[in-house]
Amino acid sequence: MTAVEESPAPLSAAGNPIGFGRMHRKEDVRFLRGEGNYVDDVQLPGMLYGAILRSPFAHAKINGIDTSAAEALPGVKAVITGAVLETLGLAWMPTLSYDTQAVLATDKVRFQGQEVAFVVAESKYIARDALELIDVDYEPLPAVADAKKALEPGAPVIRDDKEGKTDNHIYDWEAGNKEETEAAFANAEVVVTQDILYPRVHPAPMETCGSVAHMDPVTGKLKLWTTTQAPHAHRTVYALVAGLPEQNIQVISPDIGGGFGNKVPIYPGYVCSIVGSIVTGKPVKWMEDRSENLMSTGFARDYHMKVSIASTREGKIQAVKVDVLADHGAFNGVAQPTKYPAGFFHIFTGSYDYPAAYCSVTAVYTNKAPGGVAYACSFRITEAVYAIERIVDCLAAELKMDSAELRLKNLLRPEQFPYTTPTGWEYDSGDYEKTMRVAMGIAGYDELRKEQAEKRARGEYMGIGISFFTEGVGAGPRKHMDILGLGMADGCDLRVHPTGKAQVRLSVQSQGQGHETTFAQIVAHELGIPPEDIEVIHGDTDNTPFGLGTYGSRSTPVSGAAAALVARKVRDKARLIAAAALECAPDDLEWELGRWYVKGDPERGRTIQEIAMDAHGALELPEGVEGHLDAQVVYNPPNLTYPYGCYICVVDVDPGTGQVKVRRFIAVDDCGPRINPMIVEGQVHGGLADGIGMALMELIAFDEDGNNLGGSFMDYLLPTAMECPDWELGETVTPSPHHPIGVKGVGESATVGSPAAIVNAVIDAISPFGVRHADMPLTPANVWRAIQGRNVRTDMAVD
Amino acid sequence: MQVNVTVNGVEHSADVEPRTLLVHFIRDDLQMRGTHWGCDTSNCGACTVWVEDVPVKSCTMLAVQADGKEVSTVEGLAQGGVLDPVQQGFMECHGLQCGYCTPGMMMAARALLDRNPHPSEAEIREGISGNICRCTGYKNIVAAIQWAAENPATSEVTA
Amino acid sequence: MQTPAPVDYAKATSVADALAKLAAHGEEARVVAGGHSLLPMMKLRLARPDALIDINDIPELAGVRIEGNEIVVGAMTRHRDILDSAVLAEHYPIFREAEKVIADPIVRNRGTIGGSMCQADPASDLSAVGSALKGTAVVVGPGGSRTVGLRAFHQGPYETVVGPGEILTEIRYPIRPGAGSAYEKVERRAGDWGVATSGVYVVVSSGVVTDCGIGLAAVGADHYCSPEGEATLIGKEPTEENLAAAAAATAASCSPSSDQRGPADYKLHLAHELTLRALRRAARASQGA
Repeated sequence: MTAVEESPAPLSAAGNPIGFGRMHRKEDVRFLRGEGNYVDDVQLPGMLYGAILRSPFAHAKINGIDTSAAEALPGVKAVITGAVLETLGLAWMPTLSYDTQAVLATDKVRFQGQEVAFVVAESKYIARDALELIDVDYEPLPAVADAKKALEPGAPVIRDDKEGKTDNHIYDWEAGNKEETEAAFANAEVVVTQDILYPRVHPAPMETCGSVAHMDPVTGKLKLWTTTQAPHAHRTVYALVAGLPEQNIQVISPDIGGGFGNKVPIYPGYVCSIVGSIVTGKPVKWMEDRSENLMSTGFARDYHMKVSIASTREGKIQAVKVDVLADHGAFNGVAQPTKYPAGFFHIFTGSYDYPAAYCSVTAVYTNKAPGGVAYACSFRITEAVYAIERIVDCLAAELKMDSAELRLKNLLRPEQFPYTTPTGWEYDSGDYEKTMRVAMGIAGYDELRKEQAEKRARGEYMGIGISFFTEGVGAGPRKHMDILGLGMADGCDLRVHPTGKAQVRLSVQSQGQGHETTFAQIVAHELGIPPEDIEVIHGDTDNTPFGLGTYGSRSTPVSGAAAALVARKVRDKARLIAAAALECAPDDLEWELGRWYVKGDPERGRTIQEIAMDAHGALELPEGVEGHLDAQVVYNPPNLTYPYGCYICVVDVDPGTGQVKVRRFIAVDDCGPRINPMIVEGQVHGGLADGIGMALMELIAFDEDGNNLGGSFMDYLLPTAMECPDWELGETVTPSPHHPIGVKGVGESATVGSPAAIVNAVIDAISPFGVRHADMPLTPANVWRAIQGRNVRTDMAVD
Repeated sequence: MQVNVTVNGVEHSADVEPRTLLVHFIRDDLQMRGTHWGCDTSNCGACTVWVEDVPVKSCTMLAVQADGKEVSTVEGLAQGGVLDPVQQGFMECHGLQCGYCTPGMMMAARALLDRNPHPSEAEIREGISGNICRCTGYKNIVAAIQWAAENPATSEVTA
Repeated sequence: MQTPAPVDYAKATSVADALAKLAAHGEEARVVAGGHSLLPMMKLRLARPDALIDINDIPELAGVRIEGNEIVVGAMTRHRDILDSAVLAEHYPIFREAEKVIADPIVRNRGTIGGSMCQADPASDLSAVGSALKGTAVVVGPGGSRTVGLRAFHQGPYETVVGPGEILTEIRYPIRPGAGSAYEKVERRAGDWGVATSGVYVVVSSGVVTDCGIGLAAVGADHYCSPEGEATLIGKEPTEENLAAAAAATAASCSPSSDQRGPADYKLHLAHELTLRALRRAARASQGA
């Protein structure tokens, strides 16, 4: 249960809260000085540079590759092709979804940008020069870029590498109570159906992906610096795939310049850098450029959804169903727990109280880059929340009901928790209406609606959009959740040194979330050691415990729990040692932050620092108590945690041009207690900017030939400070009943919840023109076309 | 070609190919890795340095073009161990998360404040519109720059 | 990050020196100004000049000054200096309005008007401004110096009259007392190329439009302008109806293509809408409002 304090934590000598509270981040100084250590900063003696030759075609046979001119270029040390990898059994590798993916193409290429050859050279300039000298004999094939055409008879078969494969079908999956749902729809007074696309977007962290591989020819040990959100998982996969002894592989995530799910998969470039190092005997660095990142690494979303909602005429929701066509690209590389091929999409039932729901998902291959689960999606919860929040607004419009009123009518009530959804999720805790009212208060909702009415009368168009989301994060219980058979339980080790300073070792991996600070605060909260005295160690598989890494907002729910529990283990051991030192029984002792003291005699006690010295010193320890003050925990979460929030967006739309200005954005989140409110707010701010991006400008579209139209930052547009308003944040605090410190994850909440708020606001603004829906991104062109009643299909090339 | 570039007050001399980009020269030839890169199309601003006190995107300049000129990078912001107010502001206001855009962002911010010591919020947002951040949502970056504007004279923050 | 192919490099110390170096290095040599069009293309290896002749350190090529009845802008004048120019702001606010929406502040520190004009991207804002203002370009080559009207200067997408071995040195804009000017642009995001743009000047005298110029970018307007739109308005009163007719005639003279910024019908609509908005503001400004 929670051990949440209501009163603020006391401050240490350095002014930091000994526990939860705002404090500057411990990791900041090196970044501010330009002394961060990212993968591209890694320099090793004799290091060589790799570059990948990529296919210009979306679908083509490879009839031959001539690398002789490239190999002859001075400074080139090796040119590796799929044929070479085949001899090592490495031309194909498993994906995180039990599919296979080509490391370097052998028979044919299956998406534009696919890896075809790997050059290793003395400099990156020479490596790039060498790429131009490789001659590939391509025979272009018809491509299928439109997911809706992937299953048509006669569609080109993409995965003919799979024995007996004659179509582009990957899987079908379903969840929910189908019969009840169909009955509910059959009997419904009102049914609203809408095709809703969540187009292909990309996490685009500022740092692209890369690796430095050093296979030491003398020791046989592989050291791999790499941009990974999950170093231990990567290490195990390399061991399984490449047959390298796992104890001889060290995976190091140094500083990571943003992950957002882009850095979860194992990419061909990493494997090539390892092979390059094996072949040359030298360290090999491979850093992709931005177009490679956008064109070949894990994209996000690409869900074509048909969403239906059944309701009474008074606005009581009866059922929701969704049919999904999921575009996975040329290889099924999505990362999510094994039993959930569509991730957690079946949380689409959302935050509302109704008994029937059903979804079916059909996944297909297309001639595009592999991926789908990324960009802070919480395993497809972005898609789920977008679907339900959009259809609820469509229902509100149909019923001519205010969209806040409709939500308030249907939100789950506190007494219903823990609540099991029709699709099997057990929401742990929530007081939804309270959060919504706080958001409406900050927004001044009623005044906004008045202003909207006045403006409409004058021919000005403002919109108000709400998104109420519930997500499930913190994967997850081992028996339900594994990735490639690796259970999603994480370890945490804590050592308290003789002088009472501590080191906590994590299995999760920060890419900017502030773990070096927040995990120190968790340990401080439990042990009373000031955060400045606690070193957080992460990122190196040689000196951290095993775990599945950071994505899906799982660090605080899983590793945060582990850190709290390991600190409690230390505290419990400290009690035994203190009792020995004070010559009393352990039961005679009480805890106050940082100190065990004798009940009724508070002057007599031992601080944690004194106990640490006792633990390492000459004090005679009781029977069964070993020396030192260390502990280890592996935390298997009993459930996910369910953060939620209410977001309200206010926009102004110029109907003459379709331009959208986001005037205000109100975000009230409930992620339970906040370990460091400053860091939580920062996470929310970042996710809200993602929403602006996806709702208004971000898009990876393709033409019919499979040409990628979003392959650079000229075309894949990211929001700047000018498109983002000054975010207005609020909070409510509803702890998770099953988490040791009551906290829920929050890293992805804002990315999950915000797009619907913005889209709902824009549609609300232009609803007087008869618009009920338009797909993201709502660029000026797309808004204008929606107003004209001629919506654009956004995922394919504009014609 | 021989290039002579003064970086953060220190003269450097090197022989480089004319095609060498200034950002690669700074990072690889001079081993100063605080300046980052994030795109291929001069959009992201992670590579922002100053050339003769003017912010430029060092990915879109050749090292040879900086011959004989003064270049300033993030490593030169702190003076004698004391963080610049912009750096302090970023720490105070949580203006960084992963830190990757931060050097370029701070170089843009410092130059903005040098030209316009009391910018409005809109001027700040416009001033950093050539620097993309994926982590912070910009609100705290704006706050950090406002903090630096309001706290130009600083007490020592050694680190 | 992408890297350019091998290239030679020379820094020019004067215009004459630049011309000599261009001649010496042959047809595949290119002048590099701000570099923000050329270097990205070189990094993508879409451009592979043999040599770069750097004209960044020729002071006489930069600056804004008044010479008689013209504003003279040196080709190497940075976007930032055009944005900040008091002379241009006084006579033609269209420059400041356009510069505010060109690229971003850091790119504007380096990019130049000459570079933009010579790159002649179909969405080039300053090309639209120049064509609207009916300016002239001064081009210098081995045979001496010649003057070309900006509308003729721009031959088509990425095509100008500047030949190999020649350099654009300055652009001249006539001063028109009483002129109002304005720039309108729709972009998908700050700093993006325009989906469509319209920039105009209008001179209203005794209640009648005696002169106007209509320039457009990104909408397939030949030479970045619409003489048809101008002809519809000159001699008429600047009423809403007449401005609308001019905007309609302008749009009719454009032939935009569909691309990821927008479909052609939308761009045509914008050609009309933005021209109308720009004309309204320019006409009002000319009338002293």
